[in-house]
Amino acid sequence: MANEDLKYTESHEWARQEGDVVTVGLSDYAVEQLGDIVFLELPSVGDQVTKGAPFGAIESVKAAADIYAPVSGEVAEVNEALPDEPELFKTDCFGQAWLIKIKPSDPAQWDSLMDTAAYAEHVRGQ
Amino acid sequence: MKLIYEKSIPGRRGMRPAQSDVPAGNNINPEWRREKEAKLPELGEVDVVRHFTGLSKGNFGVDTYFYPLGSCTMKYNPKSSERIAGFSGFADLHPLLGDMPKGGALSQGALQVLYEIDLMMREITGMAAFTTQPLAGAHGELTGILTMAAYHREKKNQKSKLIIPDSSHGTNPASGAVAGYELVLVPSDENGVIDLGALKKTVDDQVAGLMLTCPNTLGLFNPHIKEICDLIHGVDGLMYYDGANMNAIVGKARPGDMGFDIVHLNLHKTFATPHGGGGPGAGPVGVIEKLEQFLPVPIVVRNNDGSYGLDYHRPKSIGKIAPFYGNFGVILKSYVYILMLGKEGLERVSENAVLNTNYIKEKLKDYYDLPVPGLCKHECVFSASRQMKLGVHAIDIAKGLIDRGFHPPTVYFPLTVREALMIEPTETESKETIDAFIEAMIDIAKTAQTDPDSLHASPTTTIVGRMDETTAARNLNIACLD
Repeated sequence: MANEDLKYTESHEWARQEGDVVTVGLSDYAVEQLGDIVFLELPSVGDQVTKGAPFGAIESVKAAADIYAPVSGEVAEVNEALPDEPELFKTDCFGQAWLIKIKPSDPAQWDSLMDTAAYAEHVRGQ
Repeated sequence: MKLIYEKSIPGRRGMRPAQSDVPAGNNINPEWRREKEAKLPELGEVDVVRHFTGLSKGNFGVDTYFYPLGSCTMKYNPKSSERIAGFSGFADLHPLLGDMPKGGALSQGALQVLYEIDLMMREITGMAAFTTQPLAGAHGELTGILTMAAYHREKKNQKSKLIIPDSSHGTNPASGAVAGYELVLVPSDENGVIDLGALKKTVDDQVAGLMLTCPNTLGLFNPHIKEICDLIHGVDGLMYYDGANMNAIVGKARPGDMGFDIVHLNLHKTFATPHGGGGPGAGPVGVIEKLEQFLPVPIVVRNNDGSYGLDYHRPKSIGKIAPFYGNFGVILKSYVYILMLGKEGLERVSENAVLNTNYIKEKLKDYYDLPVPGLCKHECVFSASRQMKLGVHAIDIAKGLIDRGFHPPTVYFPLTVREALMIEPTETESKETIDAFIEAMIDIAKTAQTDPDSLHASPTTTIVGRMDETTAARNLNIACLD
């Protein structure tokens, strides 16, 4: 599995550490649960996000949900193209469908996230 | 099916008026005159009649089919109240007549209806006063929360937070946010009602109030209401009762007796007026005595001589929340409904609504997963998680029901249940109809095992087949005729 380096939240966001930024996306489980995504609201570069607090919103044909930050910090980059191409969630949720990149304010928060095995266990319990 | 504009033939008319022998006046200010002809469809009368009759035959409504749409209380609406609402003395009344001195002579009957339904709703809910202005349930929520805010402003309370359980109605967080409060979401416990331990941790002196839907969206009555009320009242917060599910307890229990301070009623649900397709609804709001001064203006009053009038002199009122006195036609229909049923009739409403629901739940529990077992109130929620393993989702079950002659239940709500199917039969259905629905649901559960693809193809008996909701939502195609 190519996602061994990922960490996860209980609310089904994934996080990937690349240099000094953390990239955030939605897990395949979240995407499957939501169904076809039709609307996405993301923050702007420079916004502050807080671990465990919503930074954006997502809407599918079934439901609307908040998206939660896995770590606190400043938004360094936003996937501006994604709201116009929501079908990317279906085809590449761990790659092209990344949401934002965060410059973490507290690097220790990384360790509080679930690894792939723990997340798989978490999903089984849902 | 063609739109009426696509059927238009240039120059065709239903009727042609005789040539006028009066010269056309042209004294309308040029800036107000239209430059182009209005683009209206051009058809013969019979084609127009057939077009709209054809559309009405495509309708899927309470008057044609069983409509167990959870959370919406789609009960049958008696035609007698429709007829009375159509009386010209009500229907043709100008809404400003009530503003004549002392209520005006022509609007006395209408004002009396508003005055008396206020008294009836007080009796039903245990509140001290009502406003009939709010035009829908969510509008009532906003009115109620603005009243809550006015109370805290008057007392110089510093309040910023509003508590909302995750099993509440979807509009509750929206109403609280529009009113300017920061929302605190409290999760449910394993029994499907608000987690008391988690609630205790969130209550502090910043809490303005709590909005409770009871029974909640799982159809469960909260057994800890007294404790929750004490907790919120302990920090001078107010308890808001979302009456959307009042059909489960009407005539049996009163929110005012339980400790609630503000209540809205969905007249279009519990009190049997037509709704769906966006309205019209009515969401009157009732409050306890200390909040009465904040209700919207005007209030209908009874003058000393027995006539009815409007009281605008209420300096602490939150103001006007809607034009005139609300959706008067809806209020009038509910007034007739309440009078027809009386106290004993209203009690039987909730008894039968709850009985019908538990009957369905018992009959279907072997075929669909029940997230919370045990008795429920007016609606029950199944999960299609068992069918999902066979590739059949809640949406496929919903579409399969249409082919079997039933309106689908609410699907994918509440969000706390995966693949939710939320069924609310109401009290107005016969045992035969409910049995036929149960049979259809069992047939679908069996079809999910033997022929799931046939459910993916549903509906096939309707004018249009399965809608592509994703494309419809992603690629909005809205045309405006110039």
